[in-house]
Amino acid sequence: MGRYIIRRLVTAIPTLIAISMVIFAILALAPGDPLSDLALNPSVPPEVRQRIRESMGLDDPIPVRYARWASSMFQLDFGYSFRTRGPVIDLLKQRLPTTLYISGSAFLLAILIAIPIGVLSAVRQYSVFDNVATTLAFIGFSLPTFATGLLFILLFTIKLGWLPSIYRSTLDTEGLAGVWERIRQAIMPVTVLAMFQAAALMRFVRASMLENIHQDYVRTARAKGLAERNVIGKHALRNALIPVITIIALSLPGVITGAVVTEQIFKVPGMGALLITAIQNNDTPVVMAITFMFSILVVFFNLVADVIYGVLDPRIKYS
Amino acid sequence: MADVSDAQVQSSGAAALEMGRLASKKSRSLWSDAWHQFRKHTLAVGGVVVLTLLIVATLLGPIVWPENMKTIDFSKSTLGVSLSHPMGTDDLGRDLFARVLWGGRISLAVGVTAMLVAILFGTLIGALSGFFGGFTDSALMRLTDMFISLPTLPLLLLAMYLFRDSLIGKFGQTLGPFLLLVFLIGITNWMPVARLVRASFLSLKEKEFIEAANCIGANRSSIIFKHMLPNAMGPVIVAATLAVGSAIISESTLSFLGLGFPPDVPTWGQLLNTSINFMEIAPHMVIFPALMIFLAVLSINYVGDGLRDALDPRKTTG
Repeated sequence: MGRYIIRRLVTAIPTLIAISMVIFAILALAPGDPLSDLALNPSVPPEVRQRIRESMGLDDPIPVRYARWASSMFQLDFGYSFRTRGPVIDLLKQRLPTTLYISGSAFLLAILIAIPIGVLSAVRQYSVFDNVATTLAFIGFSLPTFATGLLFILLFTIKLGWLPSIYRSTLDTEGLAGVWERIRQAIMPVTVLAMFQAAALMRFVRASMLENIHQDYVRTARAKGLAERNVIGKHALRNALIPVITIIALSLPGVITGAVVTEQIFKVPGMGALLITAIQNNDTPVVMAITFMFSILVVFFNLVADVIYGVLDPRIKYS
Repeated sequence: MADVSDAQVQSSGAAALEMGRLASKKSRSLWSDAWHQFRKHTLAVGGVVVLTLLIVATLLGPIVWPENMKTIDFSKSTLGVSLSHPMGTDDLGRDLFARVLWGGRISLAVGVTAMLVAILFGTLIGALSGFFGGFTDSALMRLTDMFISLPTLPLLLLAMYLFRDSLIGKFGQTLGPFLLLVFLIGITNWMPVARLVRASFLSLKEKEFIEAANCIGANRSSIIFKHMLPNAMGPVIVAATLAVGSAIISESTLSFLGLGFPPDVPTWGQLLNTSINFMEIAPHMVIFPALMIFLAVLSINYVGDGLRDALDPRKTTG
C-alpha cells in the first residue's frame, strides 16, 4: 500500500512538470507584452524600457526563462502583481478562503443531496420518484451555472427581493444578524454551484447502485433474511459508493474552477474573480499563479482519488 | 439418393419455408435495430424534434425574419415582448429574436465543429494506441492523462485572452474567435473519446473476425478503417452527441465571461453577458438566451441518452 502511494506520487511529478510547461508555453507563445503599457507612456523612453526588459530577463531564451519560472513556481514564489505591486502569494492567501468556503459548502450540499436521492432512485427504479429525480437531474446538468445564476438573481433578488445578489466580504453587522447576513449572501452562489454538481453526482450514484442491487451478494443478503434497510444501507450502498467516492474526489477541482463563473455572477471576491480581473488587467504573474494552483489541485485530487480507490476496494492489486 | 423418403423432403421443405419466413419478416442491420430501440425513447425523439426545429430556425430564421439584428434604434431600447418583437429588444433597441436566431447559428456551429475536432483527434489517438499497443500505447496514454489533468476552464480563459485579438486581426470578428474556440474546446475534450476507442480496439484486436481478416491478407489500413473502426463507433457516437452539448456550454461560458466572441457578434452566451447590466429593467434579455442554451443542451443530452440505450447491444430487444 505504502509503495503504491509512493509510486503514484512519483508519477504525479512528471505530470506536474508537463502541465507547467503547457502553461508556460501558452504564455510564451502569446502575442501580448507585459510591458505594453509602458510603451504607451511618453515619459518612459525606449532605452529605459529596454533596460527594464533586460533586468526582468524577458529577452532570455525560452528554456532559461522556463527553468527560472518553474523553480520559483514550485517554491510557491509567484512574484509580484503588475497591478497591486504586492506579492502574488498575498493576493492568493486573501482570496483562497472565500473560494474554499463557497465551493466547499456547495460540494458538501451536492453530496448531501445526491447520495440519498440517487440511492432511493435506484431502489425504486422506474417509480414516480425515480422518474421525477432523473428528469430533474437531467435538467440540472443541462443548465449551465451562469444561466441558473442569472435566473436565480432575476427571481430571488429582483422579483421577490429575498436574497442579495452581491456577495460582500466586508460585512460589518455584529452578532446574530451579522451571521445571518453572511449565510444569506452565500445561499445563491452555493446553491447554484451545488445544483449542477448534485445533478451529475446523483446520476452516478443511481447507476452505481443499480449495478450492485442486482448482484448475487445482495440476493444472498436478502435470502438470509436481513431487513431491507440493512441490505441496501449496509451491503449494496457500501460497494456502490466506492466508484462514487472516486468521482467525488475527481470532480472537486472542477467545482473549484467552476466557481470562476459563480464568483463572477455574484461578485464573490474569490480566486475565480481574481483570475478574471487579472486577465483583464494583463496581470501575468497573477494569471500564472492561479492557473498553476488550479493545476496542482487537479493533480492532487487525481492522486487522492486513486489512493482512496485502492484503500476502499480490496480487489485492486498494487503489483 | 433416389430413395429419399417423403417425410425427409417434407421436413426440409418446412425448414426452408421457415427460413424464408424469417428472412422476409425483417432483415435487421445493427442500425435499423438501433433505430427501433431509439424510437422507444420518447424524450430522445422529442430531443431530435426540438433540435431539428432549432437548427432549421437558426438557419432559415435570419433570412425569413424581417427585423434586422443590427439596426440600432434608441427609441425602442429594452422593449418588452410584443408581436413585432417576440423576444423584446435589447439596450440598443435591436430586435432580440433576430439576435437570438443569429447567435444560435454561431453557438450551434461552434458546438458541432468543436465536437468534430475532439472526435477526430480522440479517435486517431485512441485507434493508434489500441492498435499498435506497446510503446505507442503507453506514450499516447501518458499524453491523454496529462490532458485530463489540465485545469480546462482557466486554461481556456488564458488562451482566449492571449490569442483572441491577434486572430480577430487576421480572420475577422466572427471567424477569428470561432477558429480559436473550436480548436481550444476540441483540444481539451478529446480524451474520453480516445479512451473509449482504445478500449474498443484492444478488445476487437483479439476477436476472430479480425484474425480472419488478417488471414485473408487484408492490409493494416483496411483492417483499421473497414473492420475495427465501424465496430468501435457505437460509444463514440454517444460521446460525440454529448460533446456537442458540453462544447455549447463551454462556448457560452467563455462568451458570458467576456472572453469568447466580441460584443458585436451575438451568441447565446454573449447575449447573456450584455444582459447582466439590464437585468432589472429588461429581464427578457436574460430569459430568452438562457432558455435557448437550456433547450439546445437538454435536447442534445436526451438524444445522447437515447443513442446510448439504442447502441448498447446489451439492451437490444428482439
